[in-house]
Amino acid sequence: MKLIVVAGTPGSGKTAVLVHALRILGEAGKNCSVAKVDCLYTDDDKRFSKLGIPVMVGLSKDMCPDHFAIYNLNEMLEWAEENQSDFLILETAGLCHRCAPYSQECLGVCVADATAGPNTPLKLGPFLSTADFVIVTKGDMISQAEREIFREKILEVNPKCAIIEANGLSGQGCAACSEAMMKARDLSNGEDKLRHSAPLAICTLCVGETRIKKEFHRGVLRRIDGFQTYVGE
Amino acid sequence: MDIRKITILGGYDKIGIKEPVEQIDIRPGEMFGVVGPTGSGKSSLISDIEQMAQGDTFSRRRILLDDAVPDYQTRTDPRKKMIAQISQNMSFLADMSVGEFLCLHAKCRGVRDSHVQEVLRLANTLTGEPIKKDYNLTILSGGQSRALMVADVAVISDSPIVLIDEVENAGIRKHEALKALIGNGKIVMVVTHDPVLALMTEKRIVMKNGGMRKIIDTTQDETELLEDLMNIDGLLLQLREKVRKGESFERCGQTQGALMQSLYTKYRSEESA
Repeated sequence: MKLIVVAGTPGSGKTAVLVHALRILGEAGKNCSVAKVDCLYTDDDKRFSKLGIPVMVGLSKDMCPDHFAIYNLNEMLEWAEENQSDFLILETAGLCHRCAPYSQECLGVCVADATAGPNTPLKLGPFLSTADFVIVTKGDMISQAEREIFREKILEVNPKCAIIEANGLSGQGCAACSEAMMKARDLSNGEDKLRHSAPLAICTLCVGETRIKKEFHRGVLRRIDGFQTYVGE
Repeated sequence: MDIRKITILGGYDKIGIKEPVEQIDIRPGEMFGVVGPTGSGKSSLISDIEQMAQGDTFSRRRILLDDAVPDYQTRTDPRKKMIAQISQNMSFLADMSVGEFLCLHAKCRGVRDSHVQEVLRLANTLTGEPIKKDYNLTILSGGQSRALMVADVAVISDSPIVLIDEVENAGIRKHEALKALIGNGKIVMVVTHDPVLALMTEKRIVMKNGGMRKIIDTTQDETELLEDLMNIDGLLLQLREKVRKGESFERCGQTQGALMQSLYTKYRSEESA
């Protein structure tokens, strides 16, 4: 199975681009499962369901949504296995610019809104700098010159990434996104780690834990089924 | 980098019907118009070309350069890009000064900073109130922004293929803008509703419902008509300048009145005949 983790600021077009890319993957005969993590509310699951794709929703409530996604990743993967999926696509809430929810073995995809201004790439932090692919959206709203500058700034932050310009409304460029997903490597089923440590908060992830398995976590933790617990002394 | 030909391979219109125009080849030195009602897909056609679509857009058109699929670098790297585009955008969203913006763009396109002065000089010949280097981009008016975009494309994004989307609607000096953009030996496509600009092209692609319906060759008659249209247009632009300067029309000259009268009679009678 391949794991695709998609991060990006709210409203940047993660869901819109994914809906097109998943439709194309479906047409290519690929079986996908989608996990959508948000904080308080989401209706993105309805948009994915329309494609006939199984969707799991996780609301992190007062836990950092990226920590929540990492903590529950194994459940999501197991669920995708049960669905006999070729892909698990994890769409994160993407809020604080401090986390990078990518694991070393996943395909890390950052969605960046071109209308947010040319200095935005410098502010996005690790979820841009450690991404494999950057999807630039809303490029049709700005001049060609601004688009080119935006692209240059992304490469300043992450010189090795591949950039795809996509339009979430028309679907332009989304075929390239699904192509990139198909080329992603398979999970090894060994121990996967985060690419970047998460920022400080109130669990072991906050102090630099990068191992994903549940047994390594301490602190105030919320499971995807809503059960919240404290693990530790 | 030299190219000999760009090819547009037709796809499908908005309701999924195959476009009647299956292939268009455009060569250096040729200027094509794109005409059609609003919503007919003119801008989408231009954007397919800008992105060098490979069946991955809504229209599923494909764009070839010299009969081959352009490689990834040519499609994406601004330093290797063959296409300059003036879209319909009338404002900048980037929060930075004009000078800073132009320097950054010059860097992206791999050209020297010295071009920045030239962009400003050219932009200021196209618009009314001058644009200054230390102005913030976002305070520029629609016309000033558009003039700056045109000058930026003409000087910094100097490319063998130029795509122009409704240059006439910004209130800038359209003939001067077009002259700066098209240069010599370039492939030019102009989206327009303006009969003067449309008849300046050699052929025009007619759009309807998202698809390319047909191609019209500009006829000898139309080229003759263009001369008269230029006169009318020249007169209107003159009058527009008067309005802009806050002048009144009390002293509207005999010749101007006579010109309008004769042209009006000529084409009005043809229309109703």
